[in-house]
Amino acid sequence: MRIPCPYCGERDAHEFSYLGDATLVRPDPAAVDAQDSALADRFHDYVYLRDNPAGAHREWWYHANGCRQWVRVTRDTRNHAIAGASLAREPGDAA
Amino acid sequence: MRYSFLSILANGLNGQSDWKPAWRDAAPKPSYDVVIVGGGGHGLATAYYLAKVHGIHNVAVIEKGYIGSGNAGRNTTIIRSNYLLPGNEPFYEWSMKLWEGLEQELNYNAMVSQRGILNLYHSDAQRDAYARRGNAMRLAGADSELLDKRQVRAMYPFLDFDNARFPIQGGLLQHRAGTARHDAVVWGYARAADTLGVDIVQNCEVTGFLREGGNIVGVETTRGAIRAGKVALAVAGSSSRVAEKAGLRLPIESHVLQAFVSEGLKPVIDGVITFGAGHFYISQSDKGGLVFGGDIDGYNSYAQRGNLPVIEDVAEGGMALMPRIGRLRLLRMWGGIMDMSMDGSPIIDRAPVPGLYLNAGWCYGGFKATPASGWCFAHLIARDEPHAVAGAYRLDRFRSGHLIDEKGVGAQPNLH
Repeated sequence: MRIPCPYCGERDAHEFSYLGDATLVRPDPAAVDAQDSALADRFHDYVYLRDNPAGAHREWWYHANGCRQWVRVTRDTRNHAIAGASLAREPGDAA
Repeated sequence: MRYSFLSILANGLNGQSDWKPAWRDAAPKPSYDVVIVGGGGHGLATAYYLAKVHGIHNVAVIEKGYIGSGNAGRNTTIIRSNYLLPGNEPFYEWSMKLWEGLEQELNYNAMVSQRGILNLYHSDAQRDAYARRGNAMRLAGADSELLDKRQVRAMYPFLDFDNARFPIQGGLLQHRAGTARHDAVVWGYARAADTLGVDIVQNCEVTGFLREGGNIVGVETTRGAIRAGKVALAVAGSSSRVAEKAGLRLPIESHVLQAFVSEGLKPVIDGVITFGAGHFYISQSDKGGLVFGGDIDGYNSYAQRGNLPVIEDVAEGGMALMPRIGRLRLLRMWGGIMDMSMDGSPIIDRAPVPGLYLNAGWCYGGFKATPASGWCFAHLIARDEPHAVAGAYRLDRFRSGHLIDEKGVGAQPNLH
């Protein structure tokens, strides 16, 4: 599997380490009263629950043995085909 | 037909003409008391114990492929109960006890071989950790023995004891652990469950759930709708995909684990050996091939095949442990899909939707758990209360904080 790093070009997956689902959004503690159980629920969902799709999956890879940047990759979990990649600091879609 | 010396002798005399299929290829009936989704070891064991222990015979096991086509035929056949934590060890020791009587129970040769598993340690700190784990095992009624370097050398003189980076100092040995013939386990459970009246329905994939009010009352399948008093999922590898059809999001990621077998050799390794400085384990099948594996690939996958970096990593682990395998040729390698849970431990619990029961999250340790998983899941389904040794495997433990994290790496499934 080769990952098309936006900075370095196509590189072997060996150079990267994986963090998982890139669509998760960390809850904002300021948005809800900290005593509210809804906040605990949101953090539970954020930390533990995953869509885990069979198909397109947007995920974080860290190019540790390269440019040392975080990359947002869209990959099909059924066949490992990669549809696109963008740097994490750039907002917007990866594909 | 009951298998025995006499049945083999009789068939030897009549040209092997009297053997019958081991189980019926059942067509689905319109309704059952319990429908178990997933015809792997866990699903079939659950059906068997539901019928045998709890007297519930009107049961169907529905399987999207054929029996033995999934992870039941893809694992590396190791059975053991060498866990540390109180939520795990009694469960796996119960499984070990069931393995010990399995063949007599099922009247099927599952080739259970208690050849021992040796976990090597390479540092003082690792020895202390293994001593602690060995003591925890003994407290739960399992067996363990801490060996020093001299004792390990007597068992396996060919290991690389004086490796410059990871010298072998000793190992933790569980004598009662070993291996079992993986597909014979599912065949044996299938045959025994079938004999007790369970319908085994193959090539029948779940496409959705039947609901009435808020309850689940059956499944939609590629072979029609099937109503059920209770629906039980035992589809590790695909748990998220099936549970999603019931509106659930699970604390699980699916990852691919690769395994390998070499060309056949004369007997060289008579037990199971694990490398303590990397992730590598090896045993020898009765056919002669060395069966080995290591880490999961580490990224979400449903592909049932992995990539080369992990193959290289596994090979390096093998060479660091026993350099003599360097000239061996690989015969086969393959991948299976693991339910990697968020704390590395499984889930046997009622789902938050009434009528649905969940058996999931086995990571890459599901094979050894097969008998106890079936036993405890059947108990939960029949009585609506958890079995004593599986009480910690709750789905809500991630919310309450009662995690069972053997490795202590947190909610990062690819590290478990």
